[in-house]
Amino acid sequence: MKPAPFEYFSPDEIDDALELLSRHGEDGKILAGGQSLMPLMNLRLARPRVIVDINRLAALDYISPGAGGELTIGALTRQRSLEQSTVVKDRNPLLAATMPLIGHFQIRNRGTIGGSLAHADPAAELPAVSLALDVEFVVKSAVGERRIPAREFFLGYMTTAIEPTELLTEIRVPGWRPGSRWAIEEVARRRGDFAIVGVVVLLQLSGAGLCEKARLALFGVGDHPVRISRGEEILIGNRPESNIFKEVAKAVAEELDPTSDVHASQEYRKEVGAFLTRKALQTAMARTGEAASQ
Amino acid sequence: MSVKHTVRLTVNQKPYEKLVEARTTLADFLRNELELTGTHLGCEHGVCGACTVLLNGDAVRSCLLLAVQANGAEISTVEGLAQGEELHPLQKAFQDQHALQCGFCTPGFLMTAVAFLKSTPKPTDAEAREAISGNICRCTGYQPIVQAILQAAREGAVEQKRNFSAG
Repeated sequence: MKPAPFEYFSPDEIDDALELLSRHGEDGKILAGGQSLMPLMNLRLARPRVIVDINRLAALDYISPGAGGELTIGALTRQRSLEQSTVVKDRNPLLAATMPLIGHFQIRNRGTIGGSLAHADPAAELPAVSLALDVEFVVKSAVGERRIPAREFFLGYMTTAIEPTELLTEIRVPGWRPGSRWAIEEVARRRGDFAIVGVVVLLQLSGAGLCEKARLALFGVGDHPVRISRGEEILIGNRPESNIFKEVAKAVAEELDPTSDVHASQEYRKEVGAFLTRKALQTAMARTGEAASQ
Repeated sequence: MSVKHTVRLTVNQKPYEKLVEARTTLADFLRNELELTGTHLGCEHGVCGACTVLLNGDAVRSCLLLAVQANGAEISTVEGLAQGEELHPLQKAFQDQHALQCGFCTPGFLMTAVAFLKSTPKPTDAEAREAISGNICRCTGYQPIVQAILQAAREGAVEQKRNFSAG
């Protein structure tokens, strides 16, 4: 037996889960797919006193397409379900392309979208993608429900705006604008590893080919995923091409303040971040005719 | 804290029932409670893949699952592959291709490959490599393992053809 002892609950209803969370507060820890929490518990880096296992909350496992192209995704939806979903593939090519980058298929069979986002590993793909897509997080507690925009969700190292008594229940992904250009690029030591540095790009172009909206999010470069506002500003109003990409990459190198660790130095991360930004912008602009269907 | 939970499940179609603490992982449950020691434990934090089993048909890390979470589930382990003395085609392919040396990682590779070939019966070389990217082997250098999976896939395809022509 590796994890330290804990009290275990596996409610069948969301309300019961919320009641447990409000009763146990800081002592309670939500167990979703377990692909991050269980390693921490096995190594005893985490010793929660109470586990609220939400795997029996079948009501939180869904992918539902809205009339405007948006997707609402239950927090307990397995990453593998999203990877294999034709709805996701048709509606949101960026999200679809992200799924195979997460861990390995055995991990994605258990890992959930909500678990990854709530865990908020700074090197994970989904938090950065959620920033680029401007998703909205629905969290519930025994006293009510609130919605948190992605930009206000990731607060620090593995820290989100979710309160201990709250449960992330739904991820709302806005409709995909047809013709959007996108890319996700990452550098990892081995396939399936957490990224040393990763970049997510999402661009919307006007009829004349000028950039109207830009999202540039990086992961693995600090204690939480970041949007590089200066890079986005450089893109907006301009024709996205190589001289602009160079400027954006420069802004990324200047704005990033990554830490050095066992995997890579600060300088390396800055350089890779700038390089991957250029590469992602090129990849995004090289894509044609891959617009999501409406 | 020593509250125990009843876990009822089937392993390789055989039903079991045990009373265990919530913190017992499925891997330890299989090995210590059911004495099915074919499932191996390497890193115990989800990296090495040695403990891979099938949970209702899906390949999962049994070290990252609590036994209580598998209550009511159907588990398949490496012990269920061979039929008596007759090796599973994948085991035979591993033997033919020398896809194991010390054998520690083999149960995890086999269960990973079983699940993979079920969803991808005719994989490319690249797909086979991707499929085993979550399993670590320190002896073989992986090449024979890839060859074994491709061999099993070829033989599986032959069997299917036979079935089709018979039908």
